[in-house]
Amino acid sequence: MNAPTSMGARPPHLLDFQDWTPERLKAILDNADTMLQVLDRPVKKVPALQGLTVCNAFFENSTRTRTSFELAARRMSADVLTFAAGASSVSKGESLRDTLEVLTSYKVDAYIVRHHAAGAAHLVARYSGKPVINAGDGRRAHPTQALLDAYTIRQEYGSLEGKKVAILGDVRHSRVARSNAELLPKLGAQVVLCGPATLLPPGLARMPGVTLTTDPKEAVRGAHAVMALRLQRERMSGGFLGSLQEYADTYQVNDTLLGEAESGAIVLHPGPMNRDLEISSDAADGPQSRILKQVENGQAIRMSVLYHLLVGRN
Amino acid sequence: MITITNIKRVGSEKTESVTIEGGLIKGWNIPEEGQVIDGQGGTVAPALIELHAHLREPGQTEKEDLSSGLAAAAAGGYGTVVSMPNTSPVVDDPAIVRSLIEKANSLGFARLRPAAALTKGQKGEELAELTYLKEAGAAMFTDDGRTNENARTLRLGLETAGSLGMVISVHAEDASLRADGVMNEGPVSEALGLPGNPAAAEAARVARDIEIVAGLHAQGVPARLHIQHLSTARALDLVRAAKAQGLPVTCEVCPHHLTLTDEALRSFDAIFKVAPPLRTQADADHLLEGLRDGSVDCLATDHAPHTRAEKERDLLDAPSGIAYIELAFPLMYTRFGETLGLDRILDLMTAAPARVMGWTEPTLDAGAKADLVVLDLTTERPVNPAEFRSKAKFTPWAGETLKGWPVLTVVDGRVAYQR
Ligand SMILES: [Zn+2]
Repeated sequence: MNAPTSMGARPPHLLDFQDWTPERLKAILDNADTMLQVLDRPVKKVPALQGLTVCNAFFENSTRTRTSFELAARRMSADVLTFAAGASSVSKGESLRDTLEVLTSYKVDAYIVRHHAAGAAHLVARYSGKPVINAGDGRRAHPTQALLDAYTIRQEYGSLEGKKVAILGDVRHSRVARSNAELLPKLGAQVVLCGPATLLPPGLARMPGVTLTTDPKEAVRGAHAVMALRLQRERMSGGFLGSLQEYADTYQVNDTLLGEAESGAIVLHPGPMNRDLEISSDAADGPQSRILKQVENGQAIRMSVLYHLLVGRN
Repeated sequence: MITITNIKRVGSEKTESVTIEGGLIKGWNIPEEGQVIDGQGGTVAPALIELHAHLREPGQTEKEDLSSGLAAAAAGGYGTVVSMPNTSPVVDDPAIVRSLIEKANSLGFARLRPAAALTKGQKGEELAELTYLKEAGAAMFTDDGRTNENARTLRLGLETAGSLGMVISVHAEDASLRADGVMNEGPVSEALGLPGNPAAAEAARVARDIEIVAGLHAQGVPARLHIQHLSTARALDLVRAAKAQGLPVTCEVCPHHLTLTDEALRSFDAIFKVAPPLRTQADADHLLEGLRDGSVDCLATDHAPHTRAEKERDLLDAPSGIAYIELAFPLMYTRFGETLGLDRILDLMTAAPARVMGWTEPTLDAGAKADLVVLDLTTERPVNPAEFRSKAKFTPWAGETLKGWPVLTVVDGRVAYQR
């Protein structure tokens, strides 16, 4: 498969969006349309990755993301090797590199990496030499989640050009927020990050197309999509919040707050939700919610990313 | 008896020789006697003094031990090394101090002057037996590796150590402000999504510690505080102000904080993870200015070896520290030979640390202790970690071309290193 030169060099990995041109990113989204059609067929399987082995290397637990990647790979006919660090020698202090060397000897063709430390996926890319998809590294990046968010918004409006996306919650510790703030402006959208000052690192305002505010109404005003981030309860003990009630009263995505948004604005959440904390049940289950759609789209996006990185490589 | 020929003293073009006998410099340009060593036209200086090295013995000898660490120091031109007490067990017992000194003496590399813990187990609560530790040969007291969270304990330690004529050195960092930070807090940490350690963590602690010294000083209590591995411009300004008031506060800066910045972490390579973290270029420039104007007292490397496997972990899990005692002088001379000048760099690594400790300033005069280094200031060669004496055979400067390599180190009149 020869890509048009205007799309730029094919990035070997999906670690974050730094090396990715808008054209490449749009190609991933376009390709997801095709994958969604596959998922609608009675036999939900294509032979695109037949004979290839994809390693799901999860150094941090995440059943949802792991399942989504695993299904995506299987639906493309890849063999899937699942490596969960909890039961492995990693807990005995084996280095990431040693672990990788063992996995490499299994002749793996690509790695899907989840790790609690920012940059771990970069290390895997350096040590393994095989395509790496970052499935979440610390608070740094979760690029397939951002792609599925972008895809879900595009599904609604046809394009991200000129759209305003408000992201509310614990921005400081959120890889979802960071990846969206990196991706959405590349596709023409404006991003407003919003949360309590203790959870809103001022330096993120340097990112192009990104603004910060502690005022949720200002964040949501005129927004086409409103995303609530999962609030980790342990943030309380870290002294980031006065109380969960105070947080919910101020920043919860609910019908009142949505009243400030564009009419028909869609509601997103990366899941799993703390219902009636960062998001009200009304908003989560209401007609504007696309939260289940996000999960479905996630599989298509992951199939598209695997295809892009593994098929037709030089 | 040893005679070293074909050497030059700093600032002189004259080729001379020096003769050593009984651990002392016997004289210059006297008839050769005994063993003759060709100094290869190098420049001779007093052997370097390191106030801050982690030699990992006892208990962590997979990272380093006295033999590898002191051999590395000698290869770096050092004659004397102060080792940090955050070993396993902690050096808080006079018997450990004695055994370390005894073992080091038998090795014949650089001389060891162990620092002892300020508090029992370096737990920061109860003072160690400072009097006995001094008698056993401890060079100073420090809880380096830990921050001194309990201000009252530090104050009591300063009173006790001061009465013994000893220095207390501190890792000045407010642990609550540092929190889970693994790199400098700023635009780079935010872009990388790594938890940041703010400059204020250092500056706030330096301010607190200076106030403790000021309070004691005002009451006429002798107390000497040395601040280790200063990394931020703000903290240096606080030290400057304290010195201007005549307070007995000194500080050291490490070459890695002068030559690297937080931008290096964009590689996600834990080789660049240090405590305190690499800061910004503005901080590095400010520290360099401090070296020039005298507000920074001396250089120290904070040589902190770890195993390669530990440094191949991700940035959250990998331990902090860079090991480069073998490179410190060539690195400083290559990078800052022109801005600081050879004389100042040598002073910062020889006489200045001695002044901080209250030791006799080293000289090359007849009758002085025969601790000296011959440096080749011209030959450029690449850094090759495979040649390191240290067990940590990796470095951020691998492959970089440096000049100013030591060719001969003499300690107590013995050849401790010869290239
Ligand atoms: Zn320290």
